[in-house]
Amino acid sequence: MISSWIWNALPGPALVRLLILLVVIAAVVLVLFEYVFPWVSESLALQEQSVEES
Amino acid sequence: MSAPTSSPAPADERPPAHAGRSRPRVSVLGILGELLILAGALLGLFVVWQLFWTDIQGERAQREVVESLDWVEPDVVSGITADEASGPETIPDELKRTDDPPAMDYPEFVETFATFMVPRWGEDYVKPITEGVTRADVLDPLGIGHYPDTALPGEIGNFAISGHRTTYGKPFADVSELEEGDSLIVQTEDAWFVYHVESWEIVWPTQVEVIAPTPDQPGVEPTERYITMTTCHPKFSAAQRWVVHGTMDYWAPVGHGVPEELLEVPA
Repeated sequence: MISSWIWNALPGPALVRLLILLVVIAAVVLVLFEYVFPWVSESLALQEQSVEES
Repeated sequence: MSAPTSSPAPADERPPAHAGRSRPRVSVLGILGELLILAGALLGLFVVWQLFWTDIQGERAQREVVESLDWVEPDVVSGITADEASGPETIPDELKRTDDPPAMDYPEFVETFATFMVPRWGEDYVKPITEGVTRADVLDPLGIGHYPDTALPGEIGNFAISGHRTTYGKPFADVSELEEGDSLIVQTEDAWFVYHVESWEIVWPTQVEVIAPTPDQPGVEPTERYITMTTCHPKFSAAQRWVVHGTMDYWAPVGHGVPEELLEVPA
């Protein structure tokens, strides 16, 4: 499975693996929040507030 | 999301060399399931980001912008109250004018050139108004945007602004609470402008006539000083626009107190 493969690919004892995982997840969330989600939200145009010529 | 190694395989199937690590069997269904869990987590994260994080970020950013404008009085930033004996002085009647306001340079794109106050929305409601209505540059990070080439505050014509009704600090969150006669107050570096709500309407996104110099009458030469606010409708949707129109009561130079309307939070 993917998750166990990732777990096995990480070096060190369980605690170190957990820490690495947490750091990686935090980094991924940061990139999503700062770059990916704003772009997605604007591209999907789920909500718009201005009037404009079509 | 990560499970430790799967349950140990029977001893005779295990390769003896890597005793510490059992080798899980690859299953298509299992991987598909994990991908679906990942997709669900991503969607959940997106909702958290859109509904909560953009508000936190937007409110903080808009607050910082207002605080960074040196012509905004500290009283206004911190939330003004009328009943204090030491309350701020109000603009005397003889300074209230209805002629042309002092000329100002047309703001650059993404320049914050005014603040917006609506007593109905609370005594601490003060938001920046920034030139432009693109989402990525203005509306998402900075709140309220001014439609390019519409009138500036106090000018004859239509001072048209746009803002989010949900998420990103939602500057126009309570637009549906506005009633006829409610004050809409704009301040620039040089002057205060007091408008009042005259009407509201729900239109299609392409009905640009709502921001025409004379609202809803494109091509008609304006004779009054209008304000128009646009925001989304219904909430969380791009289907229609909620539009509020108002006209100017007076303007007054800064430095002589605040408009008394700012202190009158309607019941």
